Amino acid sequence: MTGCRIKIICLISIAFFLIGSGLCRAEYDYIDITNPFLRKIPIAIPIFKNMSSGVTTEQLSIKASDLLAETLAFTGYFKILDRGAFLADPQTDAVFSDINPQNWTSIGAELLVTGGVLIQDDRVEMEFRLYDTFKEKLLVGKRYKGLIKDQRKIVRRFCSEIIFILTGDKGIFNSEIAFVSTSSGNKEIYICEFDGYNPRQVTHTRNITLSPAWSSDGKWLAYTSYAKGKPDLYIKHLREKRGAVIAKKGINITPAWVPNKFALAATLSFSGDPEIYLLTGTGKVINRLTKRRGIDLSPSWSPDGKHMAFVSKRSGTPQLYIKNIASGQVRRLTFQGRYNTQPSWSPKGDRIAYAGMESGRNNIFVIGIDGQGPVQLTHDEGDNESPSWSPDGSLIAFSSTRLGPSRIYVMTAYGTDQRRLLAIKGEQTEPEWSPRMVNK
Amino acid sequence: MRKKLWINLALVLVIPGLLFTVSCAKKTVKADTTLTQQAEDDAAAAAAEKAKQEELARQRALEEQRIEEEAARKLAARNMFLNEDIYFEFDSAALLAEAQAILKKKAEWLQNNSNATATIEGHCDDRGTNEYNLALGDTRAASAKTFLMDLGIAGARLSCISYGEERPVDPGHNEEAWAKNRRGHFIID
Repeated sequence: MTGCRIKIICLISIAFFLIGSGLCRAEYDYIDITNPFLRKIPIAIPIFKNMSSGVTTEQLSIKASDLLAETLAFTGYFKILDRGAFLADPQTDAVFSDINPQNWTSIGAELLVTGGVLIQDDRVEMEFRLYDTFKEKLLVGKRYKGLIKDQRKIVRRFCSEIIFILTGDKGIFNSEIAFVSTSSGNKEIYICEFDGYNPRQVTHTRNITLSPAWSSDGKWLAYTSYAKGKPDLYIKHLREKRGAVIAKKGINITPAWVPNKFALAATLSFSGDPEIYLLTGTGKVINRLTKRRGIDLSPSWSPDGKHMAFVSKRSGTPQLYIKNIASGQVRRLTFQGRYNTQPSWSPKGDRIAYAGMESGRNNIFVIGIDGQGPVQLTHDEGDNESPSWSPDGSLIAFSSTRLGPSRIYVMTAYGTDQRRLLAIKGEQTEPEWSPRMVNK
Repeated sequence: MRKKLWINLALVLVIPGLLFTVSCAKKTVKADTTLTQQAEDDAAAAAAEKAKQEELARQRALEEQRIEEEAARKLAARNMFLNEDIYFEFDSAALLAEAQAILKKKAEWLQNNSNATATIEGHCDDRGTNEYNLALGDTRAASAKTFLMDLGIAGARLSCISYGEERPVDPGHNEEAWAKNRRGHFIID
């Protein structure tokens, strides 16, 4: 009898453990949406394999693999492993797609990107693979053909595929950042790629020009300029030579395009007091959105266009308010601090970043739409202003004087990984992250 | 008898002759006096003329001096209109007593120069954000304009413009510099 019972107990325990371990081995979540930056995923990106011979191919292989690593590092999700620790070199593999996962898991890599580069005249063919090394699974593979000069575009495309597989979102690699710089001696508007590459001057007003704002299709830019001697609002198509000017008496400032509409909100003071108005993309006033005496400015739209955050001095000091466009109701959002300005509504819809000033110093804060928080993201390092969210709501661009002259910085939505985006002659301020651009 | 006759004759001839000479001499003397008188008169007239000229010159000089002083006063008043700024407290467009006193002087100038039009510039210190300061500068200029209109200056003669923190007079980052930058500034169109 005892023998039988022992056998049954053993069988039951074994069954329990088998089922138990089955339950414990849950689906592997690559990136935890609730705090994606809490743990960076270790990823290995060896130098791509030369599929053609020659110095050009060798150089491009190195350049492309470095660029892919930099681009992924920019997101803040990954820890790029040092190539010095690698046990395998895909250059020596017969086929670069043939990998030995143990070579990679043993150095701690959870993801691996391999690639091959083939050059023919001025054309290049790049093929990439993303592996989950622990699961020993190919996650995505793509082949691209194009001109050598389009190498950055090709690498960015595959990075978008990687991010899509891991987060379900295509990421920000197709976006750009507009900003103001005094490189030419005057404040003008510049645009650079999301990672700070290729800054180029967009306005040539030879006067004070500031406050750029992107339309949600990325085709139009609105901004304020003293080109005609006073602060007027310009609406400019970025590729074609067309646009409009709003040159009413007083100030015409802080444009903010309505999501998915050819319309924008802006602050105009022609009535004698700065108020926010809704305008068509051609510059015609549709209606007035704020109706209180005292400064009202800096509108920022919720991603569904149904709410508008803005700054108002109606209670005595500048604070953030939210207006429900349909009902017209206005409620106050910030109650901490005596000077809160520059709201930027996260594309995820749940939070607003803004600049709060205390003792003469500005810092970036984030507050929930429901008022939860605020959380301070920058501390004790110069003036930090003008927050602007990346189109997927994962990163925030801002300006900082922490090292002296004002520069554009980027950090994650949680305030980690604060780093400088670019530095060109003069001072850079007022970054404005574009929406995702189609066909880039 | 003949001796007496000759003596009488001599006397008759000599005395009138003497008288003649005397009277002739007198006549000569009379003529000299007129000349001197003439000369005196001329001299007097010349002196008077000279005095008159001097007086005129003095008057002219006084007049010129008055004109110069007037012009200098006008220039000083104009310069004061242009160079005397009004100042504001942090994050405020309220006009303090000193600012109001300065604005009264500006109103006076505008009243004395009824053809002049002016632009009021509103400026801020560089604390705070560029956009907010553009709006604040706008309210500062508007505040000054309203005050001047209340003193009787026609609104059509005054325009406003805000430069926010974009055009500081002092690039420093301290209380002294900030105080200088928080200003309303006038220019004559």
